[in-house]
Amino acid sequence: MIKVTIDDIEIEVEEGTTILNAARMIGGDVVPPAMCYYSALPGTGGKCRTCLVEVAAGSTKDPRPMPKLMVSCSTQVMDGMIVKNKTSERVIENRAGVVEFLLANHPLDCPVCDQAGECDLQNLGFENGKEATRYEEERRTFEPIDIGDHIKLNMNRCILCYRCVHVANQLTDQRVHGALHRGDHTEISTYIEKAIDNDFSGNMIDVCPVGALTDRTARFKSRVWFLNPMNATCECTKCSGKAVVWMFGKEVYKVTTRQDKYGEVEQVDGKPQWLCDECRFDKKDVSKWTIEGARHIDRHSVISQGHYEKPNPLDNKPKNIK
Amino acid sequence: MGRKLLLEHVDVPGIETYDVYRNHGGYKSVEKALKTMSPQEVVEEVQKSALKGRGGAGFPTGMKWSFLAKPEGVPRYLVCNADESEPGTFKDRYLMEKLPHLMVEGMITSSYALGANTSYIYIRGEYMFVLEILEKAIAEAYAKGWLGKNILGSGYDLDLYVAPGGGAYICGEETALLESLEGKRGNPRMKPPFPAIKGLYGCPTVVNNVESLCTVVPIINIGADEYLKIGTEKSSGTKLISACGNLVRPGVYEIEMGITVEEFIYGDEWCRGIANGKKIKALIPGGSSVPILPAHLITKTAAGETRYMSYESLSDGGFASGSMLGSGGFIVFDEDQCIVRNTWNFARFYSHESCGQCSPCREGTAWMEKVLHRLETGKGNMRDIDLLADINKKIEGNTICPLGDAAAWPVAAAIRHFREEFEWHVTHPEEAVKRNYGLLKTPEITL
Ligand SMILES: Cc1cc2nc3c(=O)[nH]c(=O)nc-3n(C[C@H](O)[C@H](O)[C@H](O)COP(=O)(O)O)c2cc1C
Ligand code: SF4
Ligand code: SF4
Ligand code: FES
Repeated sequence: MIKVTIDDIEIEVEEGTTILNAARMIGGDVVPPAMCYYSALPGTGGKCRTCLVEVAAGSTKDPRPMPKLMVSCSTQVMDGMIVKNKTSERVIENRAGVVEFLLANHPLDCPVCDQAGECDLQNLGFENGKEATRYEEERRTFEPIDIGDHIKLNMNRCILCYRCVHVANQLTDQRVHGALHRGDHTEISTYIEKAIDNDFSGNMIDVCPVGALTDRTARFKSRVWFLNPMNATCECTKCSGKAVVWMFGKEVYKVTTRQDKYGEVEQVDGKPQWLCDECRFDKKDVSKWTIEGARHIDRHSVISQGHYEKPNPLDNKPKNIK
Repeated sequence: MGRKLLLEHVDVPGIETYDVYRNHGGYKSVEKALKTMSPQEVVEEVQKSALKGRGGAGFPTGMKWSFLAKPEGVPRYLVCNADESEPGTFKDRYLMEKLPHLMVEGMITSSYALGANTSYIYIRGEYMFVLEILEKAIAEAYAKGWLGKNILGSGYDLDLYVAPGGGAYICGEETALLESLEGKRGNPRMKPPFPAIKGLYGCPTVVNNVESLCTVVPIINIGADEYLKIGTEKSSGTKLISACGNLVRPGVYEIEMGITVEEFIYGDEWCRGIANGKKIKALIPGGSSVPILPAHLITKTAAGETRYMSYESLSDGGFASGSMLGSGGFIVFDEDQCIVRNTWNFARFYSHESCGQCSPCREGTAWMEKVLHRLETGKGNMRDIDLLADINKKIEGNTICPLGDAAAWPVAAAIRHFREEFEWHVTHPEEAVKRNYGLLKTPEITL
């Protein structure tokens, strides 16, 4: 075990842990935002640069500060390392810069975007951005395309985190889904708009942090904060059958994987609980599911403002009673 | 006349053919290395020569070689970086085109030193004709027993291939190059791990510039002690400079490190001064990525000392008043040239060539390009100049590969030294347009 200090909080972690994961063990404000790293997808990270932190001391052995800000998702901790996240002016300033970059070409069309309310970019901008943008130029635009029967790709909203590419690479070995072109013309696409023909392609929707990949069977049906997320299971031979069904009254509007507080798919014994396309897209009948109970949304998310969770008697105790 | 190590025989008719090259001392370094030296001794000789990488960063070649991991049973690779795409740099092309056998010889001697049995020359897609020249030389070398199995009866085997890229600047970044060589999209990899540990196909790999590898030949031939006598204390040997811009005699020159910048620009042996009797306005000494120098900092440093053609003298003054030797792409601007227009032109290049992987570079380079284009066409305002400086700071150091820095530095330096000219474009929008499109008659270019 080695010792690392993040924002003045000390923690012991195993060797090989990244700064980001060490911060997640502490939790709270100490955790840098991560828009491209995704634990269940090896190889992700390093691209968005939102997780930049300052390393004020490299290690006990070599306590020199690192001159550049480091990406916490891909930098391993060393014994005696001192990291500054929220306590570093430089980090706050440069992270605001990254937010500005990510939003530079973003259409800001939240009012018509299905992801609104559960969008990591909204949260990132709210927590780490500045009030106004200085970007006055024309934004790049693409036409939305269908990649397969179930998935809509709206490239205008993509932040090029490459998470979906890593999902696709795990699913097929033929590189059918990836990036085309370069620079700010880079475009996520399937090879000549082909679909990924795979039972697990829908998971790309869940890993997408923004509204670039959305579920065509659920789009525009309802705002996410009007839905009640329920933990549900079903008998499935292809996947774990462990899902969250998003209900409106007695109807299932949308089915997703179960995600933790960082928006990442839950893992059981180190195995990500991905969903198969049949469970996700075809089981919109509540009788196909066994409802376990309300899903706790562990973020200060607009979704939890719906108060859909059954009232907990303990929560209702008047504040002055111990 | 300065001493020539690389271009000594470049004017000999037929030097691109095996026989002529061999008759002029060709392949001697291979003989010497394979017959009289151990691979480790070759590495040590290169280390001793203090050769600095000629690809731009100036990292000591021998040190890089000594970092190469050597796990049992895992192949090692040598990859020559012939992607040469930095604007203003055209020395590698000259070397390979004129002296293809020197390139092959450098590859053999270096591969032997590193224990690589398969080596690649990764060449940019636009150099297809050079690829043909190289393949011809390689075929000759195979036929004469310099490549293949059991070279010179030493038991050492080497296969050498030339692999063309698609013509992307970013594929000159060593890890993007390796991705491309593996047949993937040329996105730079995260470092660490460095190629010396995990490079091509996950195996230990050394990536070196064309000129670096060619220079190994004379180092082995004359020995490191002799090589060290050439050049300055901190910049040993000779360097190819590709001089371009408003010069009387642009071209590729081999200089001894440490001649003065003044002599190189005005000397009879070299560029012979500024064309059309004009005055010099600015200099970019090491390819488009390095900071531009205004007239008063070209032949003298800020401290008033003579500026020399060497790593240390060109960078004297840091970024505030110095620049870098970089790749040796020496670009000279005369008094009629517009710095704003040139800065925009470079920004356009970097924005076009950004791989688009990381957000600061992808969005920042394109943003700078757009703002500079507005400024240059007289549609900018004073705010834009500070905005550019700030975008710069947000890119620099925050990206995966150095392309982000390479895009930020020239803009920062141009504003640092030529701020009035940017401001003049804001206050004189009409004259700015006339000056650029009238005087220079440069056509409007759109991406
Ligand atoms: C964007 C970018 C482009 C580059 N292009 C080239 C190139 O065209 N040729 C080259 O030799 N090095 C290029 N480099 C430098 C290489 O990454 C690498 O440092 C070099 O090939 C090492 O060779 P050397 O040690 O012999 O100089 C480039 C670097 C960057 C960041
Ligand atoms: S489509 Fe979504 S998951 Fe894919 S790269 Fe874009 S933002 Fe990331
Ligand atoms: S700095 Fe630019 S070129 Fe380099 S990896 Fe990032 S986006 Fe690609
Ligand atoms: S999460 Fe670390 S760079 Fe994106």
